[in-house]
Amino acid sequence: MIRSRSLQFGYRGGAFMNFADVDVPQGGVLLLGGPSGSGKSTWLALVAGLLAPGGGSLQVAGQSLGVIGTLKTDAWRAKTIGFLPQKLHLSAALTVEENLALAFWAAGVASDTRRIRAALQALDVLALARRLPAQLSGGQAQRVALARAVLMNPQVLLADEPSASLDDEAAAAALALLLDTARAQSATLVIATHDARIADLLDPALARNGQAPLQRLSLPAKKPLEAFT
Amino acid sequence: MNTLRFAWRYLWARPLSAALNVLLLSLGLASITFLMLVAHHIDSAFDRDLAGIDAVVGAKGSPMQLILSGVLHLDVPPGNVPLSSVNALKNNPLVAEVIPVSLGDNLQGYRIVGTSLAYVDQYHAALAQGQLWDRPMQVVAGAAVARKLGLQIGQSFVGSHGLAAGGHAHGDSAYRVVGILQATGGVLDRLVLTDTASVWKVHEDYTAVDGQDRQVMEAEREVTMALVRYKSPLAAMSFPRWVNTSTEMQAASPALEVTRLLHMLGLGTDVLRAFASMLLFTAGLSVFIALWNAVRERRGDLALLRMLGAPPVRIALLLMTEALWLGVLSALAGLALGQLFVLALGWMLGLDQSLLLGGAMWPPELAWVPALALAVSLAAALLPAIGVYRVDVLQLLQER
Repeated sequence: MIRSRSLQFGYRGGAFMNFADVDVPQGGVLLLGGPSGSGKSTWLALVAGLLAPGGGSLQVAGQSLGVIGTLKTDAWRAKTIGFLPQKLHLSAALTVEENLALAFWAAGVASDTRRIRAALQALDVLALARRLPAQLSGGQAQRVALARAVLMNPQVLLADEPSASLDDEAAAAALALLLDTARAQSATLVIATHDARIADLLDPALARNGQAPLQRLSLPAKKPLEAFT
Repeated sequence: MNTLRFAWRYLWARPLSAALNVLLLSLGLASITFLMLVAHHIDSAFDRDLAGIDAVVGAKGSPMQLILSGVLHLDVPPGNVPLSSVNALKNNPLVAEVIPVSLGDNLQGYRIVGTSLAYVDQYHAALAQGQLWDRPMQVVAGAAVARKLGLQIGQSFVGSHGLAAGGHAHGDSAYRVVGILQATGGVLDRLVLTDTASVWKVHEDYTAVDGQDRQVMEAEREVTMALVRYKSPLAAMSFPRWVNTSTEMQAASPALEVTRLLHMLGLGTDVLRAFASMLLFTAGLSVFIALWNAVRERRGDLALLRMLGAPPVRIALLLMTEALWLGVLSALAGLALGQLFVLALGWMLGLDQSLLLGGAMWPPELAWVPALALAVSLAAALLPAIGVYRVDVLQLLQER
């Protein structure tokens, strides 16, 4: 779940950005919209605990953010937040399997081969375990990155522009995969995008699955500096 | 454990850069290893060959020349001294032992040294075959000489005049090999030893025209120098002064002269050491640049590691470990290369002739080499590692 009340973020220059309240239940889907520069990254960073709120309250997966220390936030993020970046960022030096093992290393826990294989199996890419990222197709690489994102059974899955530079068919497939994966984990899913196709695809998909309707947080297209100083 | 593995994989993800840095670092470390080893080899060779010799008494001239020619057998002697004067040294109450040394002839470049049996005892040399000499014209060959020239017991040969190969051959006075020494690793290995009288005999046989002439020659017999052992260390204060002022000879202290020699070599070594330090500094700079670029190239990957929950300190440690691998590999390669350089130098300078540079040695000061390698690589990694703390995670994950 993600719940925010009058969430603010204070920039170093003294400017503030205000975010509309959200209330996403565990297992729900939130569409984070708005043009670039509207603060999508800042909101994601706040939810991931990378930035501290400047005001208001923010609760993610039952944890009030802004009251835990940095080191604890890192550990909390490792087990609570799954992240699917737009550029995937698979380590070119490591095989698929090692890329997943790197997530365990980053979390500071012992690598668990069984869980790595299970995550790869669930996304149908176990056969590619020993390949390097350079030897994967775009779709395969996205599946591997998704396997990495859900490896630690996160309660919140953040996806950043999952459909960018994909054609309609591929975008629909990527989205379906994302929804299925999040649902299998009963994770709250946040999709940050300015791709209009996503919204059109999401509503019917959720209805088909019998899931709660899509929630939206659309950030206005204005620079915080223009608005508040 | 995994940090070591991931760091290793990241290092070799850019094989050219990694190999180049290992090469640069190890060349710098090899030069330092080389300098340390050469100093150690020379020190230990001097220690070995000077053992127990407190003073060398010979003709006036350069005292260092006296030591180099008479003890280390690297130089030509300054001249001869009368046998009677050397014998008179034995009467000095400060002197425990006097060993005469006569130089002048060689066997295919190996010096024939006329001396007494005490010379063999001085170096605790043991016979490998045969026996020691009991009359003139019998010789005992050092291990390296015997091996190189294939000398056998009972074999006869004539010496050539001079200390280098190619002098006039003393055709009518033949030496006979009666013994071969075991290898000592010291100067004895490359000498042919015989009785002092042999050297006189060869030259008197060669030059004397009649019996009377021979008698005159016998009265004027000379040796090249004498090795002296004191009864008490206190003699070092008075004995050389006594020789230098009251005889026509000079006394040189091997310890003093070698210290002087090493000091002169030290000036050259300092220059080389400065070059080696420069090389190492450049290598450190290159490692720094490589890691800095690696951090820049991998900023996205590093940001993702933060997103995956890795605290900055763990990522900084990953970078440091990468540098550590460079250091460890370079230290190993540097030590091996340094040893190889010394072997190559020994081979080029004619190892068998001087024995100054022996086989591989591992003096304790070589521990500086890995220490230096780690210090340089970790220092180079420090700034890039600090940079990890300033990664703006989400911006990096989204850029491009």
